Amino acid sequence: MIGIRHYLLIGILLGLTCISILFSLLSGSVELTLSTIFTELFNPGDKLENQILREIRIPRTLAAFTTGGLLAISGVVMQVLLRNPLADPYILGISGGAAVGALSAILLGAGGILLTNAAFAGAIFSIFLVFGIANKFGQWSVTRLLLTGVVVSAGWGAVINILLTTSSTNNVQSMLFWLMGDLSQSRVHIGHYTLLAVGLIGGLILARSLNVLSRGELVAQGLGVNITQLRSILYFAASLFTATAVTIAGSVGFVGLVIPHLLRMLGARDHRVLLPCSVLLGGSFLVIADSLARSLIAPQQLPVGVVTAVIGVPTFIVILRSTITK
Amino acid sequence: MSRIDVQSLNLSAADKVLCRDLSFSLNHRECWGLLGKNGAGKTSLIQSIAGLREFNSGTIKLNDTNVKEFRRSELAREIGILFQDGLETLPSTVLETVMLGRHPHVQSLFKDNSDDIAIAQKALADFSLQEIQDRQINSLSGGEKQRVAIAMLTTQSPNMYLLDEPSNHLDIAYQMDILNTLLRRLTEQNAGMLMATHDINLAARFCKKFILLFENGETLCGSNEEILNQENLSRAYGCEIHKVETDGRLLFFPA
Repeated sequence: MIGIRHYLLIGILLGLTCISILFSLLSGSVELTLSTIFTELFNPGDKLENQILREIRIPRTLAAFTTGGLLAISGVVMQVLLRNPLADPYILGISGGAAVGALSAILLGAGGILLTNAAFAGAIFSIFLVFGIANKFGQWSVTRLLLTGVVVSAGWGAVINILLTTSSTNNVQSMLFWLMGDLSQSRVHIGHYTLLAVGLIGGLILARSLNVLSRGELVAQGLGVNITQLRSILYFAASLFTATAVTIAGSVGFVGLVIPHLLRMLGARDHRVLLPCSVLLGGSFLVIADSLARSLIAPQQLPVGVVTAVIGVPTFIVILRSTITK
Repeated sequence: MSRIDVQSLNLSAADKVLCRDLSFSLNHRECWGLLGKNGAGKTSLIQSIAGLREFNSGTIKLNDTNVKEFRRSELAREIGILFQDGLETLPSTVLETVMLGRHPHVQSLFKDNSDDIAIAQKALADFSLQEIQDRQINSLSGGEKQRVAIAMLTTQSPNMYLLDEPSNHLDIAYQMDILNTLLRRLTEQNAGMLMATHDINLAARFCKKFILLFENGETLCGSNEEILNQENLSRAYGCEIHKVETDGRLLFFPA
């Protein structure tokens, strides 16, 4: 059920999104003031500030927001699909597949578009591999899917370790950055925004069914939900969001696991509210984390995945402890 | 008004035959009991009637239409089931959970209809859940969860109630209270009810007709008087059962 406090929450998160974007545009090794940002945004020129803003900070901010939003939606969907609070976008091995693709590309000296394509191909391969193994004569259960995913994940983990231990030091550095999640090379385009928008709208259309499915598959069927169809849609949709996010930024941890839980604790349990809130909070959280990642020890950069955990873990514990008694 | 017609139903689980050639008709305003020992097939039969489980042969019809021909959402407006377990997992409050019962009826994708909210509020009142309506499901006791599940079922307002162990976790007072409330709904809404239970005495008190499942797949259907006797029950449960009559009620107990 949706009440005033839910609209309030969405309002606050919209505010947070704006603040996070401004914060991100202000952060970096070159000082830009708020007034320069506004002048440069609306009066395009050829100055250095303008270039930094248009070619570096804005694309990176958009990439962070899109990735965070996709991961958060995927986390919500995975947790409902598997009805497991420990589920996150990576639990079914998608990030492992993507990592093997990406690392192989790094090993072969490929970068840029080749690297992203290799990561995406690895993710897609893993999605179908897990589904193919879990699916027996058109029948699959969530437990089977979860077990298959976890096992395939472990398999990818082994391959990743082989690649890491047999690569040159130079390559290992870029591999580790990729594995921890890194937005410094990330660019998003219209296709990514469309996917995020489609995910959000599709999710809102299915929101009521998701509410019912979170009470269990039998209950959902008893209330008229076509489980077989819904489960497949959810699996492939969440997988596609994860694959895309991983392709943009590597395996940024934490966002997909914790943002949904955090919002549920704040009262956004209904998916009609939870999904839009997840996009806003997941997106702005990653934008803030990435701003810190590139400014904390500037001019050196930290992998954003490290920062998400460093901010996320204490925040989550504080909120968990304050709601545990209710 | 609803009617369920089961014709020569054969049902098995793995290699075990649960029901052989079972036929019965359950009419609106009737409350049937479903008895049998553990693993005799009570839950499987209930889920087959609700179209949630495949059966070997025979037909199950709801108002003259095969249940397999219904869309899930249509069937959910007609048949409501109380499952033995469930409702746990991700966080949700009592009111939110009971509101989910309206799922088969909701019209708008986003807006909660005020009639739906009123129906949920009435169910909360019927099962004394108003005071805990904002509590988290995970923090409830077993009996409270059972009442939430039953409230969600009545919010669904089906024409046919299929109850799997409705008295689970409930104390004696709530067992009486809840079954009386359900029976009142039955008459008000012209609905029918089939309840699987281990409590022979509770069933004897509320049900007029019975289905008794035996271990070998044999079944008996009939009225209270025809089914509930020492011989049938002792054979079905594989344990000697005696009865006494006191205060005008039949009570069954193991010898």
